[in-house]
Order: sequence, then structure tokens, then C-alpha cells
Amino acid sequence: MRFFELVRFAFGAIFAHPMRSVLTSLGVVIGVAAVVMMTSIGVGASQRISGAIGGLGTNLIIVTPAFQRPGIVSGGAGSGLSLKDADAAGIGKIDGVAAVAPVVRGQAQLSADGANWSTGIQGVTPDYIVARDLTIASGRMFDDRDARQGRKVMVIGPTVAKQLWGEADPIGKRVRVKTVPFEVVGLLESKGSAGFGQDQDDIALAPLSAVRSRVLGRRIRADAVQTIFVKAAVADDLDRVQEDVTNLVREQHHIKAGEDDDFQTQNMASILAASQAAVATFTVLLAAVAGVSLVVGGVGIMNIMLVAVTERTREIGLRMAVGARRNDILIQFALEAVVLSLVGGLIGLSIGVLGAIGIAKLGQWPAAVPPWSGPLALGFSTIVGLVFGAYPSWRAARLDPIEALRRE
Amino acid sequence: MIEIEGLRKVYIMGDEKVGALAGADLTITRGEYVAIIGPSGSGKSTLMNILGGLDRPTSGSYRFEGEEVDEFSDNALADFRRRRIGFVFQSFQLLPRLTALQNVELPMVYGGVPGPERKARATELLERVGLGARKGHRPTQLSGGQQQRVAIARSLANRPDLLLADEPTGALDTHTSEEILKLFGELNADGLTLVIVTHDPDVAGEATRRVAFRDGLIVSDEGGPRAAKGGTA
Repeated sequence: MRFFELVRFAFGAIFAHPMRSVLTSLGVVIGVAAVVMMTSIGVGASQRISGAIGGLGTNLIIVTPAFQRPGIVSGGAGSGLSLKDADAAGIGKIDGVAAVAPVVRGQAQLSADGANWSTGIQGVTPDYIVARDLTIASGRMFDDRDARQGRKVMVIGPTVAKQLWGEADPIGKRVRVKTVPFEVVGLLESKGSAGFGQDQDDIALAPLSAVRSRVLGRRIRADAVQTIFVKAAVADDLDRVQEDVTNLVREQHHIKAGEDDDFQTQNMASILAASQAAVATFTVLLAAVAGVSLVVGGVGIMNIMLVAVTERTREIGLRMAVGARRNDILIQFALEAVVLSLVGGLIGLSIGVLGAIGIAKLGQWPAAVPPWSGPLALGFSTIVGLVFGAYPSWRAARLDPIEALRRE
Repeated sequence: MIEIEGLRKVYIMGDEKVGALAGADLTITRGEYVAIIGPSGSGKSTLMNILGGLDRPTSGSYRFEGEEVDEFSDNALADFRRRRIGFVFQSFQLLPRLTALQNVELPMVYGGVPGPERKARATELLERVGLGARKGHRPTQLSGGQQQRVAIARSLANRPDLLLADEPTGALDTHTSEEILKLFGELNADGLTLVIVTHDPDVAGEATRRVAFRDGLIVSDEGGPRAAKGGTA
């Protein structure tokens, strides 16, 4: 008995009830499409996050104030403003530190030549562009002398320039923050979107002291810092530098052994790893939920196969009478289930890939259908067909030919 | 060709044991045309199922060309049915989805006969039973007599040693029955061994030997060239 003939019998039975076969496969179609789409979304999101975080530079350490424990309501990270200029200065002396950039942030309405734009304004030191790997496209970054002299100068991102002046060259233009006029001295190179709707080009940088006094005003102490970016010279040195930074700040804050830090340090490599792990967990979760529908699809196949065995009892009896072995019957029905499932899997895979590309377009991330999703989807649908076709096929093969032939 | 000794078959139905065969002895030689007659429940259908390898005896022995069929495994029994036996049923038992040709091909598919050879032989067989022009028809497009002729063509597909027919004319009118019986007569004349189960005296009259069953036992055996072993067990 040749396998090919049994495949032919299976297809014959499937095409005998086209509508029923389509509806039976639908469960697997939906299941496989969902699994393919979910894994693609997961992989796409993961790649995008890696790109975004990686774009910030992986040998970066971020120092922020710790959550404030006492009190009724936690103000969230940064609310305590335990960091000071002195901490940044101290960190700058640590061996292996390439750049230190203390930062204060405020939201400000910029107005110039009749145009308005609300953006995040950051008070930074000139080293900020080194620490964050930014590039000046035109003009210059403000320097220490600008800061010392208390000049109100600003470096802006392309989005801000476009919103205020369109395509015109912004260098030398005046812009008001509230009532305070600033002069634009530099334009940053575009960094593009970081993902999740964050526009990295929608940024305005000004000297620390100017932002503290003119933008944030009384809301902040004169030497307070919200975040300190520390760039290690060598990525391999990251852990050691992070430890040195922690020890130094503890010392400067007079934190005794056993006491909680009033600040925290994170490095981008571990943030990247953590967010990758989070996305991976999320992807597995989504795929598992989608996998449930694959199982439901399998149950649908089992149901229809049981119906088919009952309907075709006489056919099974006749096949046995003309010399089919029990295994021939078993394989014929198992193949029928596998073909239903596998064809469903193929259709589901196509829908899943198209869906993943569509979702990627909507979400503006690269369509990432992992190459293994094809074999995986087809492998899974074959297994579903085998598992859920096994019991009906076994029932068919165990039939007593005499009883079967007598069945009406 | 067939030697049966002390064949018993007991069915268990619920708590009761129902005896279908109570120890039958029978010998059939090649080329015979045997009618097995008797009222319903006499054990004649059970005998036929055992002869055809569809059922196994509870005790006793069944030898076919010297082989102990009652000791065959399930697979060996399936192979035995395929190679040695042709079945013709009262209700034809054609597969409704398949054409006449495909129905005739079916036993050869399980026999591993290659496609072209299978088609050629199936066509030849359909021509032999007078249905060469209807090989593309499905069973529902054929009359009862035509369906039974397709079934006969199918039973001959793997060149069986023994053709077993269970009330082959039971679902047909008198005229069609005569045609089918004529076909059986021709097949027997060509050397095929035939065993027909029937309770129709006209059908039994066509056979050269008549074996009568009652309550699981052979009560008479007449007309056969070797009718010596008749009588009770």
C-alpha cells in the first residue's frame, strides 16, 4: 500500500465536503495567524527597543535620585533632587569616565517670530553632547565660557527649528522662553524617533545655570541636578565605573554602611537587557494566548474527524473487507486530520505574515517576521493534526468490519 | 481448498452467550458452486464471515489451501481477504463518492497495483460485467442491478480464489436477479469457486451443491461432488 494513495484518499474525503473542511481548518488558520503575528510583533518591538536604547549608547551610566521612602505619597524617581553639582564634579574625576553631564529638565513654551512650540528644555553642561553622542549639524555647542558668563544661549533639535522657523536657518535667531530671550547658537543633527512616539529631535539645550534660574526658577535649588549622565570610556569598564560612581556619591552624601542610597545608578546595558527580557516575556505570553486558539482549532478538527468516522463507518468496513489493514485505515484518517490542519496552517501563515507586515506599517517599526516562524507554524499545525486526529483515527482503525458493514 | 472442522462461534450479548455456530464441519473443493441455505439466525452468515476472514471462530479450525486461517494475525487476515477473497454484499457496499471504475480499483489500490495497470484491469472487469460504458458513473447514477455488477467486478479485482456472496439478489427484482445469477454461473464455469448465502430457493437452485444450516449446525448437504461429510457434528 503506497502512502501516496492514502494521501489521495484523504484529499478526496476533504474535497467531498468543501465547506465543512474550510470551517474545520478555520480554527487552525486563526491560531497560526495569531501566533505568527504575535511573535512578529514581539520580535519587531524588541528590535525597535534595542535600536532605541542602543542609540543612546550602551556605555552610559545614569544617576538619578532614589525614590523617597518616607512621607505619605512617593513622589517618584527624581522628586527628591538629592543630586548636586558637586556629585557631578566628583564623578568627573573617576578613572575611566569619558564625560559627565548633569541635567535639569523643564517643560517650556518657546516663541519666536510669531510661532509657538512647547518642548522639553534641558539645562546641561557642554559635555552633554559628548555623553549622549549628539552631533552639532550647524553652529556650535555652547561652552564653559557661555555658562560662566550666564549667557542665555540655546542649542535646538531639528524638530524645534522646523516648528519655529520652518526650513530657515535658525542660527542666530532669538527665541523666548516665557519672557526670557535666548539666542540659538547651534542646531543638532537629527537622531530620529526613539520609538514609542518619542521624538529625539524635539529638544532644546541651554546652560544649566540659565535653565535653573530662568526656566525652573524657585522650584529648584541653585545646585540641584535631576540626572547625571556618565559615559564610560570603554564599555568593558562599565561595571567598575558604575561601582566607583555609587561609592563616590554615597561618600559625598554621607551615607553610612547599611543605610539606603538616596540615589540610584543604572547602566544602559542592563536597561537594555531588562527591557529585552520584558519584551521576550510579553511575546511568550502573547504567543501562548494565541496558541490556545490553535488548541481550540485542534479540538474542532477532532470533532469533525469523529463525525467523519461515524458517517463513514460503512466505508471503513468495506475498505477492511477488500483488504485494507487496520494501519491503512489509521493512516488514511490521520492524514485527513493532518492535511486539514496543515492547509489551515499554510493559510494561517500567509495571513499572519501579511498581518505582521501591516501591523509593522501601522506601528512604524521594521516588519520582523522571524524566519523560523514558517517552519514553526507548519510544524505546530502538523502536530495539532496528529494529536487531535489520533483518537478519531484509532477509533476508525479499531472498528469491527462486520459491525461496520451492517451500520446504516 | 477449504477445510472446516468443529467450527464454533459464540457471541456474548450482554450476559447471555448466543451460539451462532455449534460445531460445523465442511469441505469445499476448488471450482465448486455452493449455496448455503437456512433460516435467519441459523449461522450461515457467521460461517460466511469466518470463511471470508472478517471474523474469527471461537473454536475449531479453518484451513484454506492448507493454511490455518484461524491463527492469522489481524494483518495477515487483511492480506488474506485482499488476495484470496472477493465479497459481494446484499446492499452492494459501493463507496458513493467514487465512480464505478474507482470502486473496482479499490482492492487493487490496497494491493499496491500501479495506477495504469489498475485502471486497465478495472476497465476490463467492468466490460466483463457489461458496464464498460458506465465506468465514469457514480453508484447513485446506476440501477440496483448495475450497482451489483460493479460490486461483482470489484470482488474479482485481485483475482480471488473464492467469491463469497451474501444474499446477492436480496435487493433486486426477479429479472435483474436472473442476470446476476447468470453472471455467477459464467464465473463458476470459468473455474471460480463460489459460495453464496441465501434463503431464496431459486438462487440456491443455481448452485451445484446446497448446504443447509439450522441452529448453527449443518442439517443437509446435497448435490455436491463430495457431499460425504454432511450431517451433524
